[in-house]
Amino acid sequence: MRVSIDCDSDVVAARQKGRELASQCGFPSTDLAVVATAISELARNIVRYAIRGEIILRLVQNDGKKGIEVVANDDGPGIPDVGLAMQDGYSTSGGLGLGLPGTRRLMDDFEITSDFGKGTTVTIRRWRR
Amino acid sequence: MQVPILKQGAYLIATVQSALTDEDLKQLRDTLVLQVSKVRARGVIVDVTALDVIDSFATRTLRDVAYMIRLRGAETVIVGIQPEVAFSMVKLGLTLEGVATSLDLEEGLAYLGRKGKNHDQEVRAHR
Amino acid sequence: MSGSRDVATVTQARLETTASRLRELVAHLRHQRAQLREEWARLITEAKLLTAMTKEELFAEATSVYDNYVEALETGTYEALQAYARNLSERIIPRGVETHEVVGIVLLLRDVLARSLFATYHEDFNKLNRILDAYEPAANRIAATVAVGFVQERERIIREQQEAIRELSTPVLQVRERLLILPIIGVIDPQRARQLTEQLLRGIRTNRAKVVVLDITGVPYIDSPVANHLVQTVEAARLLGATVIVTGLSPEIAQTLVNIGVDLGKMNTVGDLQGGIEEAERLLGYKVVLMQEPVAHSA
Repeated sequence: MRVSIDCDSDVVAARQKGRELASQCGFPSTDLAVVATAISELARNIVRYAIRGEIILRLVQNDGKKGIEVVANDDGPGIPDVGLAMQDGYSTSGGLGLGLPGTRRLMDDFEITSDFGKGTTVTIRRWRR
Repeated sequence: MQVPILKQGAYLIATVQSALTDEDLKQLRDTLVLQVSKVRARGVIVDVTALDVIDSFATRTLRDVAYMIRLRGAETVIVGIQPEVAFSMVKLGLTLEGVATSLDLEEGLAYLGRKGKNHDQEVRAHR
Repeated sequence: MSGSRDVATVTQARLETTASRLRELVAHLRHQRAQLREEWARLITEAKLLTAMTKEELFAEATSVYDNYVEALETGTYEALQAYARNLSERIIPRGVETHEVVGIVLLLRDVLARSLFATYHEDFNKLNRILDAYEPAANRIAATVAVGFVQERERIIREQQEAIRELSTPVLQVRERLLILPIIGVIDPQRARQLTEQLLRGIRTNRAKVVVLDITGVPYIDSPVANHLVQTVEAARLLGATVIVTGLSPEIAQTLVNIGVDLGKMNTVGDLQGGIEEAERLLGYKVVLMQEPVAHSA
């Protein structure tokens, strides 16, 4: 399932679709909120920094475990220093910048590839316990 | 999407719907700040019961609302955060620190009443 | 078959032969359905399997399994069989049917059908061999599919039961209006920690609690991830408008919390459960006193 992210309301659409898909997979309500929140963060990054991109939602399986996978793709300016972006600045204002460390905490799997001028791809997964 | 804002006595109550975009949030913030001055409200309740996601932007905006309204001499309470949403928020590292929160509208009004030492407010005594 | 000895052509031919053999096999099994099914049911009873079922139930299930078995042989696909196996398992596991019984009956069916093939084709040794070549791998795959389906379903049920037990072992107690106590005993693993949080938050909402006393006197130690989780739970409770008082903090756990960067001064902690409850009542009662002040003055 692809959701193209062009503007604000697409962020809402993406997280609603994500919630639906996760619900189909049988995730409990807490996980639904977690997945929807993570999608919201990633989709917003696309709108803010890349103008345009897409969110791909998929149900996945591994070793008998079921899960949901979210891939956030964009052709934006990219993140020159991914390591720095992933640093957990434990600030009280929380959520500054790209919210990537937080998103990682929310999900089970987290992968990111990005480089200056090459766009960004973030892949996250959450598995059913 | 417009968020309905009701006036109840000296308070403003904004009830948020579930599909709120970033733009809607910003609009809500600006409207509330404007209205507080206009009607000289003593307190503002933002009811987020219907929100299924409160992410970093929403948190920041809610904090901004509380801060700006306090500058105008009024108190803000966020009510109705769902358990699942609260869970996601703390996992993400968002704390809404410095902003009052209550379970629901009733509790929120009670809080504002105590805060404003409003003796007309009904208070339940527990013993 | 063409005269070319190309490997691909030979393999293709072999596959086609296998397919036609299977078709012949399936036709045979469908034709003999009644007898074979009865033979099988008899063997099951003789082997004292599926004793939890009545004769009627056994027959009904045997019919379903037989048909699904033959269908899998015919189509060569096993998804339908897998789905059926899980469905069957869901029904019979609560009845107390064990893994060895399910594996047993499937193997018995395999044997019954194989014997039938021997009986039918015993005159033509070559044909029998070729039919068995087609039958055996398929039959074994079927046995494996059913067994795995059963085991997976069983594991799922066990997980659910464990979850239910965990929930029972962490009661959320309402002792006074607006006051909840959550006594935790034993070691907390990440799974339990998560469940604790969910129960607590749900409890706050259901009981409209304003103060929660989280007693960890019975917890010997926690590791950093769980300690983190504890802190997050306290924060989440606050978002729901409740104050959390942590009681029974052992020096070890206090140290763990400090190590992960928690400012214990900011966390509401009291030595023991009793003290925690008193503090909670004070927090709740304090607000009442404030309101009664004007009344006292006017008296």
